[in-house]
Amino acid sequence: MTDRNVAHGVFTLERTYPDVTPQRVFEAFATEAGKDAWFSGPNERWVIAERVFDFRVGGRERLVGDWKSGLRTEFDALYFDIIPGARIVYAYEMRLDGRKISLSLATFEFRAVGGGTRLIHTEQGAFLDGYDDNGSREQGSREIMDKLSAYLEG
Amino acid sequence: MPQAAAHLDAMFQALADPTRRAMVERLGRGPASVSELAAPFAMSLPAVVQHLKLLEASGLVRSEKAGRVRTCRMEPAALSLAEQWINQRRSDWDQRLDRLGEHLKRYPDGEPR
Repeated sequence: MTDRNVAHGVFTLERTYPDVTPQRVFEAFATEAGKDAWFSGPNERWVIAERVFDFRVGGRERLVGDWKSGLRTEFDALYFDIIPGARIVYAYEMRLDGRKISLSLATFEFRAVGGGTRLIHTEQGAFLDGYDDNGSREQGSREIMDKLSAYLEG
Repeated sequence: MPQAAAHLDAMFQALADPTRRAMVERLGRGPASVSELAAPFAMSLPAVVQHLKLLEASGLVRSEKAGRVRTCRMEPAALSLAEQWINQRRSDWDQRLDRLGEHLKRYPDGEPR
């Protein structure tokens, strides 16, 4: 199935980290050691095949992972806006086994609240075809329908 | 409210009604005209059209008119692509931000040297 389509999505996540300054939270995004401590998933399930970390406006970040399942994931980001201790905006591309699946804009806002930091992450994305091909899209929708019906009928 | 949440709300609201669920189930088997959709129900055509409007507003169903016949079909992308994308990214980031919280708790003053 080579159906060409794009779906757009937006979501926002918020966390409050008590007793740490916005500058400190920002640092966990701005340094390679800081970001590696939390960004990538549990390491027993994959190995990092390639890593680039150039944190500056116009700089790139790249993370390629080879999963035990045989899957290769590629994350490629370009930083557009960096305000130390306050905001980061980057755009990124995701690939699965070389297939481009999405292009996104990620925004992180760091706000001081009562001695801690409120982190607001907003992601806006264009989700491209080729992710769930071979009819799994219809299959997926039917499964979701079944789950919704079950849920609604209690 | 984030757009995705608003979208889910509209979808759940549309599916909260047994008539509309029956319509969605019927369309899950293939496209149908408005009168075909209305046939199993003991209600007026305007009432059926009203239900369809809600389903269309939720993004679950779309319809197009050819001549005098309006054909309705499921919009699987509404349920599948966007929701999958959002849910997957959300849950990835939920886990990441929790890991970040643990990391910050452990090293509140800066990265370990």
